[in-house]
Amino acid sequence: MEWITLTIDGRTVTVPKGTTVLEACRMNEIPIPTLCHDPELSSYGSCRLCIVEIEGMRNLPPSCVTQATQGMVVRTQTTKVRDSRKTILELLVANHPLDCMTCQKMGDCDLAKYAYEYRVTGELFKGGERRHLPLDDSNPFILRDANKCILCGKCVRACEEVQGRSVLDFSFRGFHAQVGPAFNLPYSESECVFCGSCVSVCPVGALTEKKMVGQGRPWEVEKVQTTCPFCGTGCNFDLNVKDGKVIGVTSNPEAPVNGKALCVKGRFGMDLIHNSERLTTPLIKKDGEFVEATWDEAMDLVAQKLGEVKQEHGADAISVLSSARCTNEENFLMQKLARAVIGTNNIDHCART
Amino acid sequence: MTFGSGAMTNSINEIPDSKVLFIIGSNPTEAHPIIGTKMKQAVARGAKVVAVDPRRTEMADVADVWLRLRPGTDIALINGIMNIILANGWEDKKFIAERTEGFDQLRAQVAKFPPEVVSKITGVPVDQLIEAARIYATAESAQIFYTLGITEHIYGTDNVMILADLSMLTGNVGKENSGVNPLRGQNNVQGACDMGALPDVLPGYQKVTSPTARAKFEAAWDVPIKSESGLMLPDMIEAAFDHEVRAMYIMGEDPVLTDADANHVREALETLDFLVVQNIFLSETAKLADVVLPAGSFAEKDGTFTNTERRVQRVNKAIEPIGQARADWQIICDLATRMGYPFAYASPADVMQEIASLTPQYAGITFERLGRKGLQWPVPDAEHPGTKFLHEGKFARGKGLFMAIEYQVPDEPPDEEYPLLLSTGRRLSHYNISTRYSEALDSYAPEELAELNPEDAERLGIKDGERVKVASRRGALETKVRITDRVLPGMLWMSFHYKESPANVLTNAASDKVTKTYEYKVCGVKVSKVI
Ligand code: SF4
Ligand code: SF4
Ligand code: SF4
Ligand code: FES
Repeated sequence: MEWITLTIDGRTVTVPKGTTVLEACRMNEIPIPTLCHDPELSSYGSCRLCIVEIEGMRNLPPSCVTQATQGMVVRTQTTKVRDSRKTILELLVANHPLDCMTCQKMGDCDLAKYAYEYRVTGELFKGGERRHLPLDDSNPFILRDANKCILCGKCVRACEEVQGRSVLDFSFRGFHAQVGPAFNLPYSESECVFCGSCVSVCPVGALTEKKMVGQGRPWEVEKVQTTCPFCGTGCNFDLNVKDGKVIGVTSNPEAPVNGKALCVKGRFGMDLIHNSERLTTPLIKKDGEFVEATWDEAMDLVAQKLGEVKQEHGADAISVLSSARCTNEENFLMQKLARAVIGTNNIDHCART
Repeated sequence: MTFGSGAMTNSINEIPDSKVLFIIGSNPTEAHPIIGTKMKQAVARGAKVVAVDPRRTEMADVADVWLRLRPGTDIALINGIMNIILANGWEDKKFIAERTEGFDQLRAQVAKFPPEVVSKITGVPVDQLIEAARIYATAESAQIFYTLGITEHIYGTDNVMILADLSMLTGNVGKENSGVNPLRGQNNVQGACDMGALPDVLPGYQKVTSPTARAKFEAAWDVPIKSESGLMLPDMIEAAFDHEVRAMYIMGEDPVLTDADANHVREALETLDFLVVQNIFLSETAKLADVVLPAGSFAEKDGTFTNTERRVQRVNKAIEPIGQARADWQIICDLATRMGYPFAYASPADVMQEIASLTPQYAGITFERLGRKGLQWPVPDAEHPGTKFLHEGKFARGKGLFMAIEYQVPDEPPDEEYPLLLSTGRRLSHYNISTRYSEALDSYAPEELAELNPEDAERLGIKDGERVKVASRRGALETKVRITDRVLPGMLWMSFHYKESPANVLTNAASDKVTKTYEYKVCGVKVSKVI
């Protein structure tokens, strides 16, 4: 691998050739604000928040689409850079609803984070026209508030590049520009398969998980990485837990198989955990009806009955069905129970698919 | 089998860099959506696709060649493709000479399948067969993917072996982006097999018939282990029916809804003296039980799942079990202890220690090492980094063995009385039946929409969205239909997610002679309008 050396904010850093200035900064923990960049997607260079000063260049180039070169001298925090970033943010905020108090994205919103950091006042472009677009509430999974969209285009790229669907696009121009399903249809009438990749990359509250609305703030939520139970792909994601309840799923960029991508089942199917039909107590059938029982009653009965069958008809009169949904440890224990405790090789699981 | 192991040879993240994808009997964009998206990424980067499926799937739509074969004619098709490869000299002679045996038998068998004959059997035009053979055989690297479409036939095992033949013939195996990849349906079917939840093998595919394997486990567990294989599920059902099996303990499965010929399964389970069902919901099977044990969901326990690319990954407990539910592993331990053989494991990590000590493929695995990224087996020791693709330089069984495979007809082809061919599969928004318990998913796809070709619909006088009665020799149900050319004329396609229209009351319980996988993919049915 070829390496190059450059200077960022007075520091000499060495990075592989082909690295962008943004990547070079991030590798060295030099913070750069970005709104339209995502490491899993191609770079558009459209929001221009990531601008830096580079010696020998007249304008302020966006770092996410500028290649680092040998001997380059970069400054990321000059007054000129900071002022320009602030102006960009002021413009975005001027046409952005400020209902942060009730916005689902609060605490996790990149626009709010940078507006705070750059002391955006909202005064600079006050009184400009604001959008008044209807909410897209057409489907059970994704809530779209086009008024909050900052037109970063990440959702468009996620849908096309990760999901291979191209459901989303820009429509109209200038002040009326919007991003959403083609022809500005509601999600439910588009070709969308509700993988939620677009939601996972949206930096603001324009696209949110409908079922998570009102369920918890980021700082109240514990994230637990785990493996999806719905197919053999083995995607990983974070269960979002608040007060002992799973309130939803968010992508975990570290996931080895899938990165931030998930499908509709993994991202939106987890409400089954708290489904009201969950079994919550052991049941014993008496005269054809199920009666609630304690664990001791139920387990003693099972041990006794299996013992009797074994005694009278032999161990092979018992069969055990394990499960391709349970864990490895459980499958191991189940076959050990069959072979070592009951004494039979009658152990299988459903549909070898 | 042919190579000496039944797992995906390559890794999921090799897919976007594939040159050729040969996708047979598999609908990845619905059954394995993220694998489907990786395939589409490969297409966007210029990969060529050969799709083999009677039903027009999304991958069939983007394929360079779509071989729309008659259901159940896969073996004839692949024999035909191999015939074309040999006729054109596209085989990999060096690979065949160095790494395989049995080539002569294969050549003799394949000679019986000239393109014209194959075209007649499969309904696929000759020029498409040739184009598919050319794309696959002349690629620098090519991967085969298959799923239920291939294994859910009475001759499913043969279907798998013949795909191995095809890959060896062209040297497309044992390297990056080249291999034969079963896409396994359920989340941990790979792990359940690895762990020996099978009647003929102990953990790590060590045969119960092998005295050395038994000796190892007998020493570890301090009990004798039976030397004869046990019953597979379909045989358990038969044995229950015949009173040979008297009691069953069923964890996490719902055979009444998911197994072929569901009415028969129900009857068999009702015949038992004692049935225990452990599940998170009161499934159709649980309703028949004498004792129902409430289990914790995956969010309520620690453990590991092994995905279709052999990656062992952690499942981490996020919440306490709902109500009095308990994690399955705890329930099993409790039962073993009450039956007089204490299972004293403090945690699933503890169980993994024992697994690693007895299962060569998992020998180097601990929960700690799995961390956030998991490990792909084989992991033979504590330093081993895991295995991205199998059979590099050498097959598990040494040389790869070509198997000459005869073409067979499905057990129950359509006939005069039951003229339509029923095929079953999965939908994107559901996973078997459990996702029906997600309100969000269920409201999005709340009911079955059986697919019927416009030609048949017109003949039967059925319109889009109407309700029909579907009957087979075993049972009948009602469902709504969608009229679409996604399916061939003469074919009906249904999913098996809905208990309101349980497709498996129709399906045939004839099963593969080796794996006993049911023939979900082909049976005869008749359809009539509900008035
Ligand atoms: S949910 Fe997925 S398919 Fe639908 S628009 Fe978003 S990225 Fe595209
Ligand atoms: S919806 Fe979100 S991701 Fe899409 S363009 Fe608007 S702000 Fe960006
Ligand atoms: S998120 Fe979707 S593709 Fe990934 S494992 Fe879950 S069900 Fe499979
Ligand atoms: S992040 Fe670089 S231009 Fe938007």
